[in-house]
Amino acid sequence: MIAIIDYGVGNLFSLSHSLMAVGADVEVTGDAETIRRADHVVLPGVGAFGDAADKLRENGLDAVVKAMAAAGTPVMGICLGMQLLLDVSYEFGTHAGLGLIPGEVRPIAEVIPANLKIPHIGWNRLDIARPHPIFKSVKAGDCVYFVHSYSGARCDASVIATAEYGAPLTAAVAKGNVCGCQFHPEKSGDVGLGILKAFCEWDGAAT
Amino acid sequence: MITKRIIPCLDVKDGRVVKGVNFLGLADVSSPVKLAEYYSRCGADELVFYDITASAEGRALFTDILRQVAERVFIPLTVGGGINTVSDFDRVLKCGADKVSVNSGAIRDPDLIPAAAQRYGSQCVVISADVKRVDGEFRVFAKGGREDTGMEAVSWIARCVENGAGEVVLNSIDTDGVKGGFDLEMLDAVCRAVNVPVIASGGAGCIQDFVTLFKALPKVDAGLAASIFHFGEVQISDLKRTLRDNDITVRL
Repeated sequence: MIAIIDYGVGNLFSLSHSLMAVGADVEVTGDAETIRRADHVVLPGVGAFGDAADKLRENGLDAVVKAMAAAGTPVMGICLGMQLLLDVSYEFGTHAGLGLIPGEVRPIAEVIPANLKIPHIGWNRLDIARPHPIFKSVKAGDCVYFVHSYSGARCDASVIATAEYGAPLTAAVAKGNVCGCQFHPEKSGDVGLGILKAFCEWDGAAT
Repeated sequence: MITKRIIPCLDVKDGRVVKGVNFLGLADVSSPVKLAEYYSRCGADELVFYDITASAEGRALFTDILRQVAERVFIPLTVGGGINTVSDFDRVLKCGADKVSVNSGAIRDPDLIPAAAQRYGSQCVVISADVKRVDGEFRVFAKGGREDTGMEAVSWIARCVENGAGEVVLNSIDTDGVKGGFDLEMLDAVCRAVNVPVIASGGAGCIQDFVTLFKALPKVDAGLAASIFHFGEVQISDLKRTLRDNDITVRL
């Protein structure tokens, strides 16, 4: 069973249906016991980092995610959920993340040219920085769908893909059995479904 | 780099796609679900659904259809038509919409865009403007293009963006249905006034019109059309290949 963590932020309709479409047995849940029984965990999220991090803590789910990550369960963060995996965010203040993958969340405005629009929204090419099991069906030139104004910075060796938007933005990160996508695989057509399917099939073994 | 988006638009009334749809090989051409799946397979980057139903029953049917589409089609979905309150946003977002477009609702209630942006984020809020030339200026029209609001369009659109709209669909009433190309002059005026994505609508008649659009106005992010796609006059796959051959970045 794959658990999509429901902690009261964002709409999980498309995410749950996209995982069902690739054959996953999906539970959308905020219940710690149910999450602990999962073989795979997806941490979604939209909105502001601080609010989301607070909600995750209020429900005690931050500890559940960390414990499962430590036990080797494959974990995927999506969009804000990916950002939550990092150490710290500087969106509207300074907020601690889960610290499962090294890195910071910073405004893309710091790195992209001033004439480009913010948010970075639309389909952009995924440039694979390092092969990873979740990308096993991704081909050169494949595009995925992004919507964000902040992105992972100083993720260094954990960056597994970038997207070019005046500068290479962090598109996906991974460390051990934990991975994260800044883009929305559930809105990225067949390429996105392929990534979700590969995650469901991944045993969490590091590359 | 972000690719230019190609967006088919489907008008839905009482649960069916209206405006003639003429596809070979599609058994149920007025089924929104079948059409959405078809367009997604053909390479559409996003879909826009306009609910043109008047009745409450029709509205419930629309959200039901939207849910069925969102269960099967995994590309961004924008929904418009009958969006007058924040609870209307809630109603369609819960059914799988990613973005919500407002038109007459934003003209009637200036607080709608800020309230929705505050609650759901600007990336969720699209201002869709029907604009026509009147007495040498661009005017905003309401009620499906039937009513002149008297408001100058470029400044009004800029105000909507300042208030939280994260994207603009500019539909030129002057070029809509003429199939002589997009309204480049009007689009240019809006692109100069805002720094959010602008989607061109109204006037596409052939593939070359999209090439001209993106070449002449690099700030335009997307081209939207309905009948030329529905009638198969332009195949999205051919369109995107031609754009690529003209050095315009697209998702293939």
